[in-house]
Amino acid sequence: MNDALDVALRLVIVFAAFLVLPLVVGQTEHKVMAHMQGRLGPMHAGGFHGWAQLVADGVKFAQKEDVVPAAADRRVFQLAPAIALLPYLLVLIAIPIGPGEGAVGEVVDAGVFFVLAVMGVGVLGSLMAGWASANKFSLLGGLRTAAQLLAYELPMLLAAASVAMAAGTVSLPGIVDAFEWWWLPWQIVGALVFFVAGLAELQRPPFDMPVADSEIIFGAYTEYTGLRFALFLLAEYAGIVVLCGLTTVLFLGGWHGPWGADGLGWVWTLLKTAVLAFVVIWLRVSYPRLREDQLQKLAWTLLIPLALAQIALTGIVKVAIN
Amino acid sequence: MSPAAATAATAAATAESHGFLSPTGVEIAFLLVGLVTLGAAVITVTTRQLVHAALWLVVALGGLAVEYLLLTAEFIAWVQVLIYVGSVVVLLLFGLMLTKAPIGRSPDADSRNRPVALAVALLAAAALVWVVVDAFRTTVIDLDGAAQGSTDVTGSILFRHWVLPFEALSVLLLAALIGAIVLSRKKAAEDTTASPATDPHEDAPTPEGDR
Repeated sequence: MNDALDVALRLVIVFAAFLVLPLVVGQTEHKVMAHMQGRLGPMHAGGFHGWAQLVADGVKFAQKEDVVPAAADRRVFQLAPAIALLPYLLVLIAIPIGPGEGAVGEVVDAGVFFVLAVMGVGVLGSLMAGWASANKFSLLGGLRTAAQLLAYELPMLLAAASVAMAAGTVSLPGIVDAFEWWWLPWQIVGALVFFVAGLAELQRPPFDMPVADSEIIFGAYTEYTGLRFALFLLAEYAGIVVLCGLTTVLFLGGWHGPWGADGLGWVWTLLKTAVLAFVVIWLRVSYPRLREDQLQKLAWTLLIPLALAQIALTGIVKVAIN
Repeated sequence: MSPAAATAATAAATAESHGFLSPTGVEIAFLLVGLVTLGAAVITVTTRQLVHAALWLVVALGGLAVEYLLLTAEFIAWVQVLIYVGSVVVLLLFGLMLTKAPIGRSPDADSRNRPVALAVALLAAAALVWVVVDAFRTTVIDLDGAAQGSTDVTGSILFRHWVLPFEALSVLLLAALIGAIVLSRKKAAEDTTASPATDPHEDAPTPEGDR
């Protein structure tokens, strides 16, 4: 196949996944939360169990007026949603869903570093929004976002480093290729640390202190309306997809499964990602919000030591089996 | 033979069929990104808006990462984004928002060190340009040959040839880390002795309360 056409096709597929998967997660969240709380959730839009609710929401957001506060820093304020959303699109390009070169947008040599670096950039969007809104609540939200990122970036990176050590490569397809079933118990601590730190980086409950609605309205996004606000929400759900996909690829063996024919590996990847996304929603419904000092304490006194212990364990086992 | 000389030698072989700065697509891209990076860096140090300076710094550091990518040093590029854009700038913004980050110009943020800073910057730039030009001259990266900047190559060169400077650097960073902890703790101790009548609820959740 023609090279340019190949690249274009891959990008179109990744872009389609980027547009569809976050909406699927969002709709699942509506329904799962509702049923866990003894409600039905959206039932009308689209007919069957309200499947088109998020489409309707999107239309609603697009019709709203785009307001920029008079005292705000106009350009930074308007740029922030794009900075928050685009990194997740870039990360999605590097996540492999099946074996071989055909099932990944682009093979990145230093894949683990690429995805973590680019995901870190996304938080700049929240910081810019928090500062540029000229609103005390937004500024507080931005501050909390920054503090949270600084605390949780390190354990996330250390946990990913552990699995990269185990595989002997930092390329994402390479890591899944090297996966064996006994990595699951071996890397379980790293997996938990990575997932929890990722949740905190996405500011999902129970780590949603930066957008705590009972204290600071909606944190950095307080002043946003219409489409720009929708972009921030979309960034959150794209973040869930990316985090669950990454946890699947790094720790749960991606396309490896106990049974299933060749060529169906991508089903395993999507299935594991979906189960993790369900866990993310479940946690939102079941845990209360952590206080700021509890947040910091969890990261610095629990997750970082655990991640370091996991790295030590990985090193010892790696040397022992060689 | 040092690795730099080795890569220089292999690259020199390909350089013979390649004129100095003949405009291939990659070189034009390199120059354009370089201009953007330079422009962003100049705005960073001249703008009167503090947070804008930090955001232009993101552009400058990101531009550098793209330059690394164009030089086939993929690993270095991502680490550049991870450390500088993802952590250092976030820390910078955190500090600015915590202290003083007005929207609009802050004319009092300028010190009178402008000429001195300019002189130091020009000297540093001259030294760096001289060193880099002298080290590489007209070497050209062979894009069709084996990868020269992949994680694999970077790792083996780092841990075979440069392991001593690498370890020395990590000891230096460790010393800086411990120094920062010592300094912050001394300050906290002075504060508590200077003003013992603080609110008893205030020091409970802080890490100092665990001592």
